[in-house]
Amino acid sequence: MLWDALTLQLGYNATLVTIGAALLGVSAGVTGTFLYLRKRALVSDAISHATLPGVALAFIVMVALGADGRSLPGLLLGAAVSSWIGLLCVNWLTARTRLAEDAAIGAVLSVFFGFGIVLLTVIQTMTAGRAAGLEGFLLGSTAGMLFNDAVVIAVGGAVTLALVVALRRPMGLVAFDPEFAAASGVNVRRIDLAIMGLALAVTVVGLKVVGLVLIVAMLIIPPVTARFWTDRTDKMAVISGACGGAAAWIGAAISATAPSLPTGPIIVLTSFALFLLSLLLAPNRGLLAVGMRHRRFQRRVHMRQGLLALAQGQPIFERFTLTLLRRAGLAHADGVATEDGKARAAKALRDETRWQVVRADQAFESAAALYDGLRDIETVLTNDQIDEIDRRIGNPKGVAT
Amino acid sequence: MSLELAANDGVIPTEHALAQSPLALRGMTVSYGQTPVVFSVDMTVTEGAMTAIIGPNGAGKSTLLKAALGIVTPLAGQVSVFGRPLASERHRIAYVPQRASVDWDFPTRVIDVVLMGLYRELGLLRRIRGQHRAKAMACLERVGMVDFADRQIGQLSGGQQQRVFLARALAQEADLYLLDEPFAGVDAATEKAIIDVLKSLKQDGKTIVAVHHDLATVADYFDRVFLINTRKIAEGTVAEAFTPENLDRTYGGRLATGQIDQLDLVAV
Repeated sequence: MLWDALTLQLGYNATLVTIGAALLGVSAGVTGTFLYLRKRALVSDAISHATLPGVALAFIVMVALGADGRSLPGLLLGAAVSSWIGLLCVNWLTARTRLAEDAAIGAVLSVFFGFGIVLLTVIQTMTAGRAAGLEGFLLGSTAGMLFNDAVVIAVGGAVTLALVVALRRPMGLVAFDPEFAAASGVNVRRIDLAIMGLALAVTVVGLKVVGLVLIVAMLIIPPVTARFWTDRTDKMAVISGACGGAAAWIGAAISATAPSLPTGPIIVLTSFALFLLSLLLAPNRGLLAVGMRHRRFQRRVHMRQGLLALAQGQPIFERFTLTLLRRAGLAHADGVATEDGKARAAKALRDETRWQVVRADQAFESAAALYDGLRDIETVLTNDQIDEIDRRIGNPKGVAT
Repeated sequence: MSLELAANDGVIPTEHALAQSPLALRGMTVSYGQTPVVFSVDMTVTEGAMTAIIGPNGAGKSTLLKAALGIVTPLAGQVSVFGRPLASERHRIAYVPQRASVDWDFPTRVIDVVLMGLYRELGLLRRIRGQHRAKAMACLERVGMVDFADRQIGQLSGGQQQRVFLARALAQEADLYLLDEPFAGVDAATEKAIIDVLKSLKQDGKTIVAVHHDLATVADYFDRVFLINTRKIAEGTVAEAFTPENLDRTYGGRLATGQIDQLDLVAV
């Protein structure tokens, strides 16, 4: 059943929803990357909540004009206008008053959302029955998705994605170093508005699928996930888009397998599952890798300290150090070095002296930068270089190298 | 008002000098809220010289640079760059911001940061080609950071970060270099590497202006000084303007007399 859903064999509506959601997921992931790197991720929360009064007002206006109040393009236009006003409010409050951005976001978010809820209530009493469906914008509703709705989402997502690709360079520059960007002639304010405007576009387009409460998750979780896997901005945007797209596709498919599973929340949970996997398993930045690296590092520190202690005839107090030396066959249980241990200890001491030469000499600067008190010197320098250093040190007696 | 501005070294630049100057500020005033950080400052940078901007913490040194570059909007004042408006001559300026002003855990590599210096050349869509990478590598070579090109920037030490920033400025191929505390918190090797690069730029006829903290090295590193404490205190060659009286006025007696004596000043 799930396989059928994933391969789009579960009927017309399910296929429409899955494809639409996946497109939305990709553009949200890519756009969210720059929002996250600019450290403005929470602005998307204000943007999304500020759509509600726009949706309600658009409905009222369209009904007053005698049109169908539920026309999706009309509702989304209203959402875009009111969330743009909300965004400008956040920017204005942050720039012109003493309010910090978090407070400005909180204020705008709650006021706009409250106003939207009031309008929704008014609509329900005003034209009872006809408002059905507006609540769907809160948490998303894909049950009655039409082909035209899917087209709106697809086109909106594609245009947003194209704009992000076109503006990726100035957006990355502004996110990393806004002062340098400004000095290079980039209009930082305008690029910031572009980053947030694109997030706004994704939000508005995605209202129908995941709803305004959860759209934030599609903008934030994929970039955070992607950050675990790469150290480059462009790759991060691509991975984030892939994560967003995959989470939306899988989430939509899962929700299509049972009538009681809401699409938006399931997409968010799928996205979270990807995040959790990355948090644990990613190489370099994942928790498992960090933990293992820490343990390995700790062993090396203890080993090195132990060897230097042996070389200088000092007693070893730490049980862990002694255990490591014994397991490696370098010391006896009483802390006395074995023959092997003596040789290795002498080598460690010798390396330490060599490192001092390296660090004191400008010519070895890039090698010296690698000094951490642990590294074997031959992993950094060539044999010729080590010979030269040894000539400078002179050859103390009794050192086997 | 004219009394306020009289804090000059007595040399009033001619119109010709103004038109030639790589960077001339007139009546520059910047305020955060109601407090002016920089008040009615005139500055005329001499072409081909290395100028240090000197003053105590909070004296408006960095703000003056940022106002000159249009990064902060001044309340009043004019900027001319090589005798023309800033907007048309931006491409002739390179900027090195304070190292601490960015997040070094940002997902980018050393080479990518240097390539940011080519932003004007690359624009929005032009692809980064071999020639651009070669140029970036040449800039890294000049600051001794070639071996670090593919490192993530978070792995760099403070001094290395500063050198990467300098390499990015070199990539801008400018005539005027503005640096905000390039020697703050760097190791001795980096300090030497940076000053070597700056001196070679000067030999190529470039103009350098740097916010500088370490009074002890001013005479070694710089030709000219610009003393500021919200208002301009003095401007001129090291011999003319870097005097105990001027320093005393700049730091408002916050420097111990012994500290000034140790500076081994030329003119008294």
